[in-house]
Amino acid sequence: MIFLRLIATNLSRHRIRSLISMAGIAFSVAAMLTVVTVLEGAVGMFSGILSNDSQIIVFERNVSDLFFSSVPEAAAQAIASWPMVEHADPVLFGIVSSAGQPIITCFGVTASDARIAKAAWTAGKRSDFGQHADDVALGQRAAEFMAAKVGDRVPIGHGSFHVIGIVKTTNGFEDGGVFMPLDAAQKFFHKEGASSVITVKLWDKSQAAAFKNMVKAKYPNLIGLEDEEFNHSYSQFRILKATAWAVGACGLLLGGLGVANTMIMSVFTRIREIAILRVNGFSRTQVGGLIFGESALVSLLGAALGLTMGSGFLLVLKETPALHGYIDASLRPAVMLVVIALALMTGIAGALYPAVYAMRIRAVEALRFE
Amino acid sequence: MRTMEQESGSGRVVLCAEGVWKSYDDGAVTVLKGVDMEVSAGQTVALCGPSGCGKSTLLHLFGGLDEADRGRIVVNGAEVNRHGDLLRLLRREVGFVFQLHNLIPDLTLEENCLIPTVAAGTPRAMARARLGELAERTGLSHRLGHRIQKLSGGERQRTALCRALMNRPRILLADEPTGSLDEQTSEVVLELLLDLAAGEGVTLLMATHDRGLAARCDRMVEMHDGRIHEPAYA
Ligand SMILES: Nc1ncnc2c1ncn2[C@@H]1O[C@H](COP(=O)(O)OP(=O)(O)O)[C@@H](O)[C@H]1O
Ligand SMILES: [Mg+2]
Repeated sequence: MIFLRLIATNLSRHRIRSLISMAGIAFSVAAMLTVVTVLEGAVGMFSGILSNDSQIIVFERNVSDLFFSSVPEAAAQAIASWPMVEHADPVLFGIVSSAGQPIITCFGVTASDARIAKAAWTAGKRSDFGQHADDVALGQRAAEFMAAKVGDRVPIGHGSFHVIGIVKTTNGFEDGGVFMPLDAAQKFFHKEGASSVITVKLWDKSQAAAFKNMVKAKYPNLIGLEDEEFNHSYSQFRILKATAWAVGACGLLLGGLGVANTMIMSVFTRIREIAILRVNGFSRTQVGGLIFGESALVSLLGAALGLTMGSGFLLVLKETPALHGYIDASLRPAVMLVVIALALMTGIAGALYPAVYAMRIRAVEALRFE
Repeated sequence: MRTMEQESGSGRVVLCAEGVWKSYDDGAVTVLKGVDMEVSAGQTVALCGPSGCGKSTLLHLFGGLDEADRGRIVVNGAEVNRHGDLLRLLRREVGFVFQLHNLIPDLTLEENCLIPTVAAGTPRAMARARLGELAERTGLSHRLGHRIQKLSGGERQRTALCRALMNRPRILLADEPTGSLDEQTSEVVLELLLDLAAGEGVTLLMATHDRGLAARCDRMVEMHDGRIHEPAYA
């Protein structure tokens, strides 16, 4: 109780200083939370595209980016006929830009693909897909930003396409994307006879290992990975996640320097008080606890403030029309815990030198002069 | 000296210094040059001597706030400098009153007094009861919730006295406890100090350069040239 009183008293003695160091932690926590949540959300969405009604993804071995992967159509057909396979769908990814919309993801898919066959069609007829080479279905958000209705012609990249349907999905990339018949997409992106990946669903998931071995044996330059395996090993995901955490960590480092500065001031201006505690029986450990407690409190309050700010910021991003569907603002408890723990660790690290200094104060000497 | 103690009927030595040396600034200033001294249980002893002669230094050694260079310091039968448990000494055996009250100005009287009990891990209820008792006897009961900044010099020193006695030490070390007070207030605080010491059966060693105050104690010793001299009693 006195411990808390001593900490609170000291924080309130220098309100502005305390608030500034709290704000430092808060901003870095907010930044970390936002960046990590947005990027992990994006990664989650992207892997959601791949795992849509499938368990295994087959792509070209040793490519760094799925957009560069090339899988022969013959392989897709052969794999679809393997006995353990329920369905195998070739998907070709492409990116184009159109007026006012720098990035539109294109999916070259077959009519039987779950993205077409099982999606909710809000306009147009599912059965029309794949009838003509210049027919496309639009994700709902893509339809919104292109201001397109069924029957319209829309310019996409260097071509012009006829909208035959609008598809509603919960995935941000798909919702802002364009679905083309596979062969049309192959022509459009100059990848005749190839797809980027094959997404595969097995009758029985326990045959995954056997399936992967068979891919390896029959197509040495292809690789099959289960969805979770893919999410862990795909280097683009790893780079994105690592970047997110690194950006956050840099922020926290700055916040930690703020705390360190505050705590150094806090100790230097309180040498007499610490000496009084010492001559009244406080041990070095108790004095250290006081300093660490103070910085931990600052960090935790800062972290709480930062989580609030970060959540607010994510909500704003989520509601921003241009980003609609791309932001997955759901806060993951694990991320929140890690962020709080990192903030706490930063605070404690920042208090290391001040605490050691405080513990070394020689009480009688400090009290010799008024 | 022996006979004096035996006459006063106490006997057991609670503070003892034997050939104690202490210097500062890496030996540049030698303050204590072989101090020999004993204080028996229940005695009130005045440690006299001019300013700068080393009274505070000796009290600090007895209180475990500092360590001697040479010699033995024994408090309540346990040797201090080699035994080493200075904290226990400070928390349980001795109470300290300084010339400057050394209270934390932003905290209340009550909070200041509770500090030694927090350090020692005394249960809260017990600490509060003890504070109630001491505040009553020092006339501070109505001031418990006040910040130190709001208290007068005399009240501050009485607070310091309460704080020193919170953990029920058997020995009270007072370093010029009235040194920064005016004459009238000094008298009140000294009276209180002696009363409390007698009431609680506490052994008191008080440093002072004021012979008038020293005369109020059972016994008076002189510090001179780094050693203790026992003047002849009148
Ligand atoms: N920590 C210290 N460092 C250096 N010199 C000190 C220290 N403490 C005390 N002294 C010196 O030791 C001498 C005795 O001091 P002190 O014990 O405070 O005397 P008194 O209490 O009798 O006035 C003084 O000359 C003082 O300046
Ligand atoms: Mg002195």
